[in-house]
Amino acid sequence: MFRRTRYHLAVFFAVIGPGFITAMVDNDAGGIFTYSQAGAKYGYLPLWTLLPITLLLIVTQEMCSRMGAVTGKGLSDLIREEFGLRTTFFMMAALVAANLTNVMANFAGIASSLELFGISRYITVPLASAAVWLLVVKGTYSRVEKIFLFATALYVCYIVSGVMVKPDWKEAAIYSVRPVLMLDPGYITMLIGMVGTSVAPWMQFYLQAAVVEKGVSAKDYAGSRIEVIVGCIAMSVIAFFIIVACAGAIHSVRPRDINDATDAALGLKPFGNAAYLLFSAGLFNASLFAACILPLSTSYTVCEGLGFESGVNKRFREAPIFYWLFTGLIVIGAGVVLVPGFPLVRMILASQVINGILLPFVLVFMILLVNKQRLMKKWVNSHIYNAVAWTSVVVLTGLTLALIALSIRELMR
Amino acid sequence: MAEQLLYLTELLGLKVHGLNQRVLGRVSDAALVPVAHPVRIDRLFIGGAFTWLTVRQEQIHRIGLDGIFLSDENLTPYHPDESMLRLERDLLDQQIIDAQGRKVVRVNDVTFEVVREDGHDVLLIREVDIGLRSVFRRLAQGVLPRRMIRRLQSRIAPNSIGWEYCSIIEPDPQRRLRLNISTSLIEKMRPADLADIVEELSPDDREALFTAMEADVAAEALSEVDPDIQAQIIESLETERAADILEEMDPDEAADVLGDLEERMSEEILEEMEDAPKAEVEELLEYDEDTAGGLMNTEFVAVHDSATAGDAIEAVRSQPDMADGVTTLFLTDIDGRLTGVIPATRALLARPDASVAELSPEEPVTAHVADKAARVAELFDKYNLLALPVVDDEGRMAGVVTADDIITLLRRK
Repeated sequence: MFRRTRYHLAVFFAVIGPGFITAMVDNDAGGIFTYSQAGAKYGYLPLWTLLPITLLLIVTQEMCSRMGAVTGKGLSDLIREEFGLRTTFFMMAALVAANLTNVMANFAGIASSLELFGISRYITVPLASAAVWLLVVKGTYSRVEKIFLFATALYVCYIVSGVMVKPDWKEAAIYSVRPVLMLDPGYITMLIGMVGTSVAPWMQFYLQAAVVEKGVSAKDYAGSRIEVIVGCIAMSVIAFFIIVACAGAIHSVRPRDINDATDAALGLKPFGNAAYLLFSAGLFNASLFAACILPLSTSYTVCEGLGFESGVNKRFREAPIFYWLFTGLIVIGAGVVLVPGFPLVRMILASQVINGILLPFVLVFMILLVNKQRLMKKWVNSHIYNAVAWTSVVVLTGLTLALIALSIRELMR
Repeated sequence: MAEQLLYLTELLGLKVHGLNQRVLGRVSDAALVPVAHPVRIDRLFIGGAFTWLTVRQEQIHRIGLDGIFLSDENLTPYHPDESMLRLERDLLDQQIIDAQGRKVVRVNDVTFEVVREDGHDVLLIREVDIGLRSVFRRLAQGVLPRRMIRRLQSRIAPNSIGWEYCSIIEPDPQRRLRLNISTSLIEKMRPADLADIVEELSPDDREALFTAMEADVAAEALSEVDPDIQAQIIESLETERAADILEEMDPDEAADVLGDLEERMSEEILEEMEDAPKAEVEELLEYDEDTAGGLMNTEFVAVHDSATAGDAIEAVRSQPDMADGVTTLFLTDIDGRLTGVIPATRALLARPDASVAELSPEEPVTAHVADKAARVAELFDKYNLLALPVVDDEGRMAGVVTADDIITLLRRK
């Protein structure tokens, strides 16, 4: 009897993890900046977008984790098997390019958040990159995942700092459910940006691979689905508090543009040192977390898709391409942050363009795959689900194309 | 003599010329019929999206990079046939097992040898290509001329697996039979290496492998697989097949696997097992996994303490299954209570008529069935044991914990 209960508990804990982690990493340095910017400039008005964003996230993430559980194969494996090497190759090349700039943005997040604590980036960035490399290469999977789960807990920083700012809860509640549309170009840009940064191509690859790695089976899938949904909601809750904190601290004093996430943290200073420090600590945690996951996930995805040996349990000699790619992403991603005058903002805009071009392809492939009877057996999408999924893809594609246009306009400036 | 080689990527899309140099179409796929010939390409298919024509190997006159020239234009329409392995559809981009390199690999390309046989050219499969060179070849095909690709690729180191070491995984048992796919290559691998491969496969492929392999090989491999995956594999198999495999496993390991299953399923499997192994496994299932009883094996050699060295050797001989692993002999009195232990080699070196009592048996270090696993590990460390007898409340011998069980236990922590 004792053994049985432990079995069920084991299933529960085995399932907690991938969906939650993926959703949390989505709130990385770039995400935090977007949400802070929205709150600082428009106050509580943008809060309503979080509801549809959560739905879009749930729909896409659910399909990935279901595919992982049923087929036992990663998304890049499936794309390779069903659509061939050339398609996979171009997707992987775009993914590496987009993720490399994401890694840069997150190392920049590490550097600037720790500079708020008065530590030079020439110390923090090399240390952080070494720590990331060692943690992933030398750590065991279960230990690394425990650290990751702990990191997700640290996102509570944002909730606390949001509360400390003493925002207007009544307004926050009202605007969470009341959609406000304005024909102000800045406002529309911000809305598109919020949706655009919330669903990224790498998430689909990472989540599905992580579900496979955990060994979640089709039978245990019900638990995984709950976890994905809870994870997406938790991500939106964090985003809510970031917007609310910036709305309460910055917008209510004087609405303005902020230049980066540390700017937002500084805006919280009048509301007490604790709120400011927590916001900065949250930024550091999120950036470091994403800087761990992105290079790892990218190298896994690329090697699996192209058929190279991969995995941190392999030796360097056995999986050279995997390790070179992983190391390269970290070294370049961290290195450019230390180069004075490096056009980081332009790189991030370029990354948004690449991500935006890649995302529709990834989503369409996902829906095609998840509807293949041969792969998914009885777990294919239902008609209603397909209608929802295709609608989500069309909406996301439309918004992403708009984001691409905006980013290109910005780049041309 | 590079002309004698042809790659599948080059073959696909190659023009097929009829008798008057008329172009009949381009190659769409090539098929092997393993029951007819293990390595010779039996037929090619030409044509477009809707109708395909079949070219039988004996209708081909000459094969070269400039095209395929037929000696007979009498082509039949394509019809699907379960006994052929279509290379583009069934092999390219799929995963196979490299029995020599002991890993799972993804097929990038296939290398053929063009051989003159009875006055016409035939294609023999030589190698399956993995690695960078074949990725480059696939990507460049159709973009650059074939001969130029050959020149360029020679700069990249080749990475191929001889066809004789390739093992295809086919989930459909009917097709496996028709395609003459055997698991004999895999069965020759070491169980631990095989287990590593199994862990890398998708659930469907694992099921296929464990259904096709000999039960004893499957049992050895299964004992080396990660416990979570063990349970998933057993759950996926037919009850009868699962019982066959578990019968071949060591009872303590079989009990561990059954203990991880849901109650109803483990009972169903036990029901199908033969009486002798079933009784042992059922007995072991009574104990909690984390105790001496859960760790121990019920197979051991015990002799009466008034027996001779010759009797003891005879007792070992009568249990050939476990003769390999016997390190210690256990002496018991008339009630089955443990009175002493002697190293097996001592009985071997003694005169056959010497009484075991004269061989200076040692006072046994024992564990009780309910002792905690950690305590058992301590005893092994303290007394430098190879085998530790486990006794029940009456001091009767219940089983033996061996050093390999302890290594597994400690590694799992």
